[in-house]
Amino acid sequence: MSMFHSVKRFLLWDIIKGMALTFSYMFKRRVTINYPFEKGPIGPRFRGEHALRRYPNGEERCIACKLCEAICPAQAITIEAEPREDGSRRTTRYDIDMIKCIYCGLCQEACPVDAIVEGPNFEYATLTREELYYNKEKLLANGDRWEPEIAANMTKDAPYR
Amino acid sequence: MSELIEAFNTFIQTPIGAIIWLVARIFAIMVPVLLGVAYLIYAERKVLAAMQLRMGPNVVGPFGLFQPFADALKLMGKETIIPSGANRFIFIAAPMLTFFLSLVSWAVIPFSDKLVLANVNVGVLYLFAVSSLAVYGIIMAGWASNSKYAFLGGLRSAAQMVSYEVSIGLVIINVLLLAGSLNLSDIVRGQTSMWYAIPLFPMFIVFFISGLAETNRAPFDLPEGESELVGGFNVEYSSMSFALFFLGEYANMILMSGMTVILFLGGWLAPFNWQCPIEFLEPLWGIFWFTSKICFMLFMFLWVRATLPRYRYDQLMRLGWKVFLPFSLIYVVGVAGYLVSTGNFPKVGV
Repeated sequence: MSMFHSVKRFLLWDIIKGMALTFSYMFKRRVTINYPFEKGPIGPRFRGEHALRRYPNGEERCIACKLCEAICPAQAITIEAEPREDGSRRTTRYDIDMIKCIYCGLCQEACPVDAIVEGPNFEYATLTREELYYNKEKLLANGDRWEPEIAANMTKDAPYR
Repeated sequence: MSELIEAFNTFIQTPIGAIIWLVARIFAIMVPVLLGVAYLIYAERKVLAAMQLRMGPNVVGPFGLFQPFADALKLMGKETIIPSGANRFIFIAAPMLTFFLSLVSWAVIPFSDKLVLANVNVGVLYLFAVSSLAVYGIIMAGWASNSKYAFLGGLRSAAQMVSYEVSIGLVIINVLLLAGSLNLSDIVRGQTSMWYAIPLFPMFIVFFISGLAETNRAPFDLPEGESELVGGFNVEYSSMSFALFFLGEYANMILMSGMTVILFLGGWLAPFNWQCPIEFLEPLWGIFWFTSKICFMLFMFLWVRATLPRYRYDQLMRLGWKVFLPFSLIYVVGVAGYLVSTGNFPKVGV
């Protein structure tokens, strides 16, 4: 047995086998995705950048119940509210500190009107910290921008809720 | 046309003309070698990527073909940092020496039957001497940096290169016994009937593996073992001084492949003495085969790097001294005995 082994070692058998393997890998399909041009698939429950949604008539969904603020484990959400002129309860301030946020998704679970959601967008890196303190305008703008994707994801996920 | 050639011939007879002609020939070798180095780096990244199911550089230019130039520009734009404890003169001189030595060996390499800058009678000795000097660049860099990682890297590479030179020397003796000449062109001409890789196949393998160790390539890249020495002898280098080390290392790889091709794979000779099918391209036939064989050897370098993990230091030393050295020594005795018994032993001093 040891004789056989030393002959095998002397003839570099294992090295040749390994090299044949690496050579065969040269002709396999690449697994790398050419990222900025190609993107991997994302599930409907993906928890990315936050957005505040609106009803189809343009009215904002958020009723300032502050459940998201209460449940947020990172205490990243700050809400201030007062009644609007027509008597409905609305937020005057809705801030999310995206640096504090841990993307747990509890805010969207807590929301009774599906107003705050985490959308499919993950490409919002910025050059300064200040740009990551999102206010209400930014969040509503996100909602307007990503509404088709968010709505599609919610319908896809609905049967499992 | 003939007048032009006449004028050219008289021009290169004059002292200034001779110097200009020499410099022109040097550039004709240096520029392709440096281009080759640039594209060897690109090829290495592409081949490694392919073997690891990645893409490799593909952004700068078509298929990332301009990547080496982008890298060079980036390095040139950086600051040269000299550590405060370093010996400034030696610190700067080391990369220059490495780079200089990696280019100076090309003087004796025959690219085809007639194309050689210096047709030296002792070309093999010259090559061997210059490639042995390369270790000084690394030792100087390691010592002058005044850093423990660089110092350890320098020590390792010195020991490694010296050990493997011994077996490389013995392997070369095998070739010399068969060729009966120290002139590289004559060694190639001696392979017209059969490339020396066939009768000396085990020595070819030993030479290739020792070449890997000599150029500090994987799996023998201990001098720059990232995992334990950060970056080895070149940790403290930045900018162009680092670029010179990098260029020198890759130029040495090409040179080592060139040596392998000349000693074992029949240099510029086409396989089976195949004649050039197009008469017009006849002068390029030898260069074509020489470069394609070098490319094949370089591919082997990259292939080995993609396959094998790094050796441990004691394994490296054991392989060099306890396996290759006795094995090549026995082979020298065998080859010499065979040549003497068949009466083909090269005559000395004729």
